[in-house]
Amino acid sequence: MLTVENLHKSFGGVNAINGIDLNFDEGTLTAVIGPNGAGKTSFFNLITGAFRPDKGRILLGTEDIAGLSSPEIVKRGIGRAFQIASIFPSLTVRETILGAVNAHRGWHTRLARRFPLAEANAQTDEVMDLVGLTPKADTLSGNLSHGDQKLLDIALALALEPRVLLLDEPTAGMGPEERWQMIDTVHQLWQRKRMTLIFIEHDMDIVFKYAQTIRVLSYGTVLAEGKPDEIRNHPKVIEAYLGTAYEKGRG
Amino acid sequence: MRGSTVWRDTAIAVAALVVLVLLPLAFPGKAFSDFVIRLSAFAIFATSLNLLVGYTGLVSFGHGLFYGLGAYSFALMMQKLGTSIPVAFVATLGVSALIATIVGAICIRLKEIYFSFLTLAFQMLLHSIIIAWTPLTGGDQGLTGGVPRPPFLGIRLDDPHHLYVFCCVILVASLYVMWHLVRSPFGYTMRMIRDNPRRAEFLGVRVWRVRLLAFVVAGVFGSVGGLLMSLFVSSAYPDFAYWTISGEAVFMILMGGISVFFGPLVGAVMLLLLNDVVTRMTEHYSLMLGIIILCFALGLRKGLLGFVLWAWARRRASTS
Ligand SMILES: Nc1ncnc2c1ncn2[C@@H]1O[C@H](COP(=O)(O)OP(=O)(O)OP(=O)(O)O)[C@@H](O)[C@H]1O
Ligand SMILES: [Mg+2]
Repeated sequence: MLTVENLHKSFGGVNAINGIDLNFDEGTLTAVIGPNGAGKTSFFNLITGAFRPDKGRILLGTEDIAGLSSPEIVKRGIGRAFQIASIFPSLTVRETILGAVNAHRGWHTRLARRFPLAEANAQTDEVMDLVGLTPKADTLSGNLSHGDQKLLDIALALALEPRVLLLDEPTAGMGPEERWQMIDTVHQLWQRKRMTLIFIEHDMDIVFKYAQTIRVLSYGTVLAEGKPDEIRNHPKVIEAYLGTAYEKGRG
Repeated sequence: MRGSTVWRDTAIAVAALVVLVLLPLAFPGKAFSDFVIRLSAFAIFATSLNLLVGYTGLVSFGHGLFYGLGAYSFALMMQKLGTSIPVAFVATLGVSALIATIVGAICIRLKEIYFSFLTLAFQMLLHSIIIAWTPLTGGDQGLTGGVPRPPFLGIRLDDPHHLYVFCCVILVASLYVMWHLVRSPFGYTMRMIRDNPRRAEFLGVRVWRVRLLAFVVAGVFGSVGGLLMSLFVSSAYPDFAYWTISGEAVFMILMGGISVFFGPLVGAVMLLLLNDVVTRMTEHYSLMLGIIILCFALGLRKGLLGFVLWAWARRRASTS
């Protein structure tokens, strides 16, 4: 489904992504983990066209999408949500999602009709329902709680009906309870929509419970990949990452 | 229900037009009707600029380009080609759209302050051309010989009353169309881009295209302002393309309120009133204006209309 080959990207002297080869099968739920600065967000940025790779191929199905612009890549079915919720503060939740639905359907430059378009309402309601934001439909996005802003960010991506959904730390900045709620919502989304879902996550309990497969990045390279059990006992992973983050977290 | 809001807007627009047209019965002086005519030009111009500044987040310093362009292209077409007013009107909109597309395509890709200054540079370019091309434009004297205003459809714009009604119609119609525009799906896309252009890109929006379209629409309406002014003064002057025109529109937006559709209209009323009153009372017009603008910048950031609506919403919220 999604394959990257020999991917490279450096910023000045920093090799953020230093030769990555990965494959994500259709319909799978994959966690990407790794220490701070490992290149996880950069990896997403490359896939979604925020950055142009210095080298390498990014195959969506059989098409190489490396070098396409973000809107072009979005149109091919890759949606994303951000590490820091990226929303439209002066629009309400409903307006925001309607806007995303319009963009997805190519209705966003219509001048002669009134917003909202009746045709967009049903899908908007469905998306709000999926992430549980229906009760806050008329709240200004900028006034939402941190967790709801993260949900809205994901909802924006969902409005595009993506085949591949990239979530950058959906639980970042949340308390323990809220985290589990969030990942539960994400998991349900994946089950219902059966898309290829890739999420970046620091909380190992969440990763090991939910991910079907795991990819570990470190210094811009792939340190390991495999099923949760394989990763849990992988000597290199324990040394480079779990040893500090995981063991400490477990106390 | 949605249909009825369109009807309601239309009814309000028609009612506003009727009131405007009847107002001279209460204020019969020429000063009043002249005021409304000048207001129509500036209100359309300032509102069109706010499509960029307030709705799309594009702070253009050179919107006066289109004011000058509208005035000169209309006046020149009437003078040199002897066309009818409706033809010259539509042709002026076309010329503005074309120039806006070219200028916009160059400016739109630049970030913030570079965009602002490049638009200003284009405006100054037009100003220089007008000054330099004396045989065509009359240079710094402005167009001489007057703008012919042949009657069409029984409308005689050289009759002050006809001109008054005509300007009212164009004012209401322009605001009506722009009001609908900001309430269209496109209007919401403009707001999304103002709030967060990066996120809009990841929704599949080609941001520069939307910005360019907004720039063209704003340019076309901006030129209508200049066109009305050239009809009113029966000429066109280089000042119409000078940077101060853009500055005045920015002041109008800030004084009335950047975040409300009718803010620029209210700001235009305020600035024109100030202009008339203050120039009558003192020679230090610029100084007074400076002080007043400073007060707004420091004390009334939302603009007058923005502040009134905000205070009203707060009162309603606290009483309910
Ligand atoms: N736009 C950029 N310009 C310069 N350097 C960058 C840029 N984006 C990322 N980097 C660098 O690339 C490296 C990888 O950063 P990245 O944000 O991808 O890490 P990450 O794995 O997402 O980390 P975290 O867990 O903290 O989010 C870092 O050294 C970072 O400083
Ligand atoms: Mg990151």
